[in-house]
Amino acid sequence: MNDGGMDSEKIEDIEIRLLLEALYRRYHYDFRNYAQASIKRRLRQARERQGIKTFSALQDRILHDPAVAARVVRFLTVQVSDFFRDPSYFKAIREKVVPHLKTYPSLKIWIAGCSAGEELHSFAILFREEGLEDRTLFYATDINQEALDAAARGIYPLDRIAAFTENYRLAGGKASLSDYYTTGYGGAVFDKTLRERVVFSDHSLVTDAVFSEMQLISCRNVMIYFDKPLQDRAVGLFRDSLARGGFLGLGSKESLRFSEHAEAFSEFVREEKIYQRRKV
Amino acid sequence: MSAAEHRAVAIGASAGAIQALLQILPALPEDYALPVLVVVHVPPGRRSELTTLFAAKCRVHVCEGEDKQPIEPGTVTFAPPDYHMLVEPGGTISLSADEPVYFSRPSIDVLFESAADAYGPGLVGVVLTGANEDGARGLRAVAEAGGVTLVQDPATAYARAMPQAAVAACRKATVLALGGIVEALLAAGTR
Repeated sequence: MNDGGMDSEKIEDIEIRLLLEALYRRYHYDFRNYAQASIKRRLRQARERQGIKTFSALQDRILHDPAVAARVVRFLTVQVSDFFRDPSYFKAIREKVVPHLKTYPSLKIWIAGCSAGEELHSFAILFREEGLEDRTLFYATDINQEALDAAARGIYPLDRIAAFTENYRLAGGKASLSDYYTTGYGGAVFDKTLRERVVFSDHSLVTDAVFSEMQLISCRNVMIYFDKPLQDRAVGLFRDSLARGGFLGLGSKESLRFSEHAEAFSEFVREEKIYQRRKV
Repeated sequence: MSAAEHRAVAIGASAGAIQALLQILPALPEDYALPVLVVVHVPPGRRSELTTLFAAKCRVHVCEGEDKQPIEPGTVTFAPPDYHMLVEPGGTISLSADEPVYFSRPSIDVLFESAADAYGPGLVGVVLTGANEDGARGLRAVAEAGGVTLVQDPATAYARAMPQAAVAACRKATVLALGGIVEALLAAGTR
């Protein structure tokens, strides 16, 4: 048997497959259809943090120690975003999508993969400034419970506020970002009234079903971690969760170009990756 | 080196990148047989100027990587600002918004490590000028997977720290001036 360099790479791939299968069968967390290159990178980091040499050994720990499994899952699903990340996206929402939303008597907005709530708060602020807040219900979902808890607290480190403030300005903010937070608890505490119309929910784009009839879904830089079949599943979920004529916003380097559901959507603001579900 | 055994080129550059890449990328012929994946450290501005700049000067096709985009021969793909760019085993791009590595997103290490996994001995990894240590760990991964490792001669680089770190991490790497790198890339990927 050959145990050269090429084969040792392949052993690692086998181990990763088995580890992901173990996580699914034992804990029902399904990463089996995540994009391989990024999940491998995250798993390597998780393994190094645990001080474990092989994925097989990590799998053993995961299967027999739920605390280790929980740590690994948290590590695989944690994500950091910014307030008004890609300000031009929020500017386009404000200038081009909001006029359509103003024609609806009530609105449901889904922030899918909301992580620690940066994007949710950005939308809540934008909707307040545009006078849409009272008629809107936000659904903020993630598979990472710690992230959901952080989103519901709305406290962010002060050293990130300067960048958030600049983004807010570039995104066409109508007031001052400091109007929405006070400082305390070692951070910027965002006004809890911004979260009064938010439902936080543990929801997986991988295994869970259609949500509810939405006017806008924003899911940015979440599906980049999925492989193509899983992306197709998620986009199908969005299609079925959107009202006809509803909007889907993706990350700046994502597109529906390679999706099997592309024909269900039209490009609404092409350069900002904002799509509209076709009406027929 | 013959085209048959090479499958892709990955290049990383930081401070002084544009001048160095202007000597390399325009030299590639239109029918260059390999895909070329490039990470340049750029600030997280929304739209990178790199694609426009190099498209005007290159014979090969030049684009910015999008998620799930197939990787094509004869095409230079730049990592987009504020994302890591990775190679999936099936030969497509995947992007990641994971935290910066050495304060950089995109990161050279992230591209090189995933490309080394995907292409193994078929990868040519190139570390050019730069003022940090990104790329060193990635180039070692390229070497460990059996790939070809090229480093710009630090003495000829605009900023020498990055190529020096790459050579230190990867002793077997071939150290060349930019002209030598061009020749090596042409030899690797000319039909």
